[in-house]
Amino acid sequence: MDQVNKLIERLGGVYLLPVAVSLIALVLIGVPSSWVTLTVAGLAMGMMIFLMASGLSLVFGLMDVLNFGHSAFVSFGAFIAASVLAWLGGWLGSDSIILNSMAILAAFIAAFQFGLAAGWFFETVVIKPVYHDHLRQILITMGALIVAEQMILAIWGGAPMSVPRPSFLEGAFLIGDVAIEIYRVYALILGGLVYIALYLTLNRTRIGLLIRAGVENREMVEALGFRIDRLFVGVFMAGSALAAMGGVMWAGYETLITPALGAEMMIVVFIVVIIGGLGSIEGTLLGAIMVGLVANYVGFLAPKLALASNMILMMVILLWRPNGLKPAVK
Amino acid sequence: MTLLSLNSMKTNIGQYSVLHDISINVPEGGVFVLLGRNGAGKTTTLRSIMGLWKPSPGSVTFRGQDITNLHTADIARLGIAFVPENMGIFGGLTIEENLILATKTGQFDQTRLDRVWELFPAMKTFWTKQAWSLSGGQKQMLAVSRAIIEQRDLILIDEPTKGLAPSIIDAMADAFREISETTTILLVEQNFQFAKSLGRDMAVIDDGRIAHAGTMADFVADKELQESLLSLSA
Amino acid sequence: MTTIPTKGDRIVKAAVLIIAGLLLFAPFLFQDIRSLEVAARICVFIVLVASYDLLIGYTGIVSFAHTMFFGFGAYGAAISLKQMGPGWDAVVVGALSGVLVSTIVAIAIGLLSLRVKAIFFAMITLAAASVAMVLASQLSQFTGGEDGITYKTPDIFKTATKLMVDDNNKVVRLFGVKLNGKLAAYYFVFATCLMLFLVMLRLVGSPIGTVLKAIRENEARAEAVGYRVVAYRTFVFCIAAIIASLAGTIYAMWLKYTGPDTTLSFTIMIDILLMVVIGGMGTLWGAVIGAVLLVLAQYYLRDLMGTAAEALHGIPILPYALEPDRWLFWLGIIFILLVYFFPKGIAGTIAERGAKP
Repeated sequence: MDQVNKLIERLGGVYLLPVAVSLIALVLIGVPSSWVTLTVAGLAMGMMIFLMASGLSLVFGLMDVLNFGHSAFVSFGAFIAASVLAWLGGWLGSDSIILNSMAILAAFIAAFQFGLAAGWFFETVVIKPVYHDHLRQILITMGALIVAEQMILAIWGGAPMSVPRPSFLEGAFLIGDVAIEIYRVYALILGGLVYIALYLTLNRTRIGLLIRAGVENREMVEALGFRIDRLFVGVFMAGSALAAMGGVMWAGYETLITPALGAEMMIVVFIVVIIGGLGSIEGTLLGAIMVGLVANYVGFLAPKLALASNMILMMVILLWRPNGLKPAVK
Repeated sequence: MTLLSLNSMKTNIGQYSVLHDISINVPEGGVFVLLGRNGAGKTTTLRSIMGLWKPSPGSVTFRGQDITNLHTADIARLGIAFVPENMGIFGGLTIEENLILATKTGQFDQTRLDRVWELFPAMKTFWTKQAWSLSGGQKQMLAVSRAIIEQRDLILIDEPTKGLAPSIIDAMADAFREISETTTILLVEQNFQFAKSLGRDMAVIDDGRIAHAGTMADFVADKELQESLLSLSA
Repeated sequence: MTTIPTKGDRIVKAAVLIIAGLLLFAPFLFQDIRSLEVAARICVFIVLVASYDLLIGYTGIVSFAHTMFFGFGAYGAAISLKQMGPGWDAVVVGALSGVLVSTIVAIAIGLLSLRVKAIFFAMITLAAASVAMVLASQLSQFTGGEDGITYKTPDIFKTATKLMVDDNNKVVRLFGVKLNGKLAAYYFVFATCLMLFLVMLRLVGSPIGTVLKAIRENEARAEAVGYRVVAYRTFVFCIAAIIASLAGTIYAMWLKYTGPDTTLSFTIMIDILLMVVIGGMGTLWGAVIGAVLLVLAQYYLRDLMGTAAEALHGIPILPYALEPDRWLFWLGIIFILLVYFFPKGIAGTIAERGAKP
């Protein structure tokens, strides 16, 4: 047993979990083409959730701040993107892929900018006064979530809003008898790029070094002469902007969004963060992919269980590892 | 010349009053030892200097400048390093990363780095290892290395010998002796043997107050005083 | 934690006594159906909020699953009344099964997550509550899905039931109030809620209450003294869950309808949070004040906002801001401001006055 453990550890440890899950799913599903479709769908979903969750995880790791209002950034990102895309309908509808891409880029930029600004406001005005008081932190960020949701209702109304998609992201392509939706591949690539950028920032730059050290021991980083609180504002803003970006991608994926989107995603994001372990971006990616895969496989194998699958996954993982799969070293 | 002085410092943690009245003057150069029983307030004193807990009332002055209400990071930037009781190393970071974090510019000064490697060869051996994998003594060495990788005027060290093997304690004492030639050390210690061999000046804290202050030589000579203040017959 | 009651303390207790009095005579004082509706809702929510305060105020743990337990009780009663017919046996079976499910789930969640950080607990309860909500709308053969369940309660609570008749076989009126089944139902709600509230008062006054406070003030210290923090927390979580479940049963009896919106929805969870914070965490008296104020505001202030919005028609922004739909927006803002500036809520803030010389 010990040797098996060591072997697993050498091969990648908990990183093997998604592989194991997908292999089990392959056996259960039996049809390779459906399995490929589901796996791609799961990975794409995981990447989008990763964008939404990464900021939350880092913010918590760095300052012990859990922002229950985090999902508001996701909703706002989605709705801002929908508005921008509707406004740029001409570009989106044209035959030029360049104009199409410009419209999408504009939506991303708008949501990203909003995320930065809203993140700054949230951190300095809402959260700063209650840094070291968890109870009030939970209450206040929850209050902020209510207010933010009401603002979305007030601005965009309660009716579902459709999100236009350019033609080059529509449809699917076939590899053999496997159909793969283009938007999923797009989400997968974009999410992958963001992960790589985050990974490089955290592991190759001085700011990243400070963040990683700060997640482990904030006090000591300060005792070495660095203002974590100032760094934290930046991380918070970046995390909020990433969440808004996740919202943009999710909006394009769903193509029909409602104000309840934030609340729905919040649960998933929390589960991802808990599964992955707070404070580590690798853990968050792992958690997001697990949730994405399991949701898709279970949705296919046992549709009735689909909605509870995340919860069951979380319970199982917490029983096995109470601090999540890959928490930051504390 | 006085480097650091604490003036009637009183510190509360939550609702508990830990320090009642602490006044000491740490002269420049050498090792100043703070002794005292468990829970007397030694660690709190160091943390109050570092700005991790704020004294009120009372003040801390460093080179004549009042640093009581400065942010911890700004206090550190004045040239004060801190080696906490739990060592405060970053386990997920390599030795190299731990040390580079402690430099002001993100670049190593080669002579200082060589000096660290000379004092603690293990730091060179395990250069790219993650710090959590080090032994207790090596972790302590890393914590001390981090304090001296950059020019500092004062190093606060909290119980560096706790839980270490005697041979490592000896190595530590040698290192401290060398460091203290260029940098003042304020050392909190329970291990009287260790403290005795290093300290020039000393003070004893008891129940949040300074119970005695003087030179180490006088204190070592006065067995009765030791007995009453430390309840140990070393 | 002063032993000598302050002036503010007495004000709070007097206010609660007045509220109790008003609730006791509510059917006679406010003789319309809507008022009785409000009074019954206040009774149930006082219990619900007080039980939540056992968690958040007395133990310092934040749960978002309180409506889930409320729902277990309500659905327990609803399902058994629907399946077994309107008898007291069905009520007892429903109440007990609600309590049983609540206890099991509470123990499971508690042991799984109360040993980790408070924040984990908050997240896990949130996730659990959302699953419960999804299950309620999915398992429609039992729960009626989104539409919920309508059912009959024991005959004595029928509006047509005459508790006392005069010579002409007409229902007797006392001070103008018909002594009918509706009145019986209200007093059933009032009495059971009062009982549950007194049980909680007894609990926080007992040695257990003292231990809980010690844990809240300083967890590490309490652990060091030898209290088994996780066990105590799980215990309180169970008690709170059981009481919430019973409150759910009572509410289900009163409404004769149970659906996701009346018991499980996140809006109710937010209401409970608001009531606890507005009233004052850490004091059961605060729960009373918070529940009364917010339920009253929900029923009457919204109408007022609508009227005001119409009255201000033509003036820019103002009518828009006062639209009844903006109600939750303003509540959210008030909530945040309260947590910032009056973290002890109304009861706590008033009780403190007079404590300082």
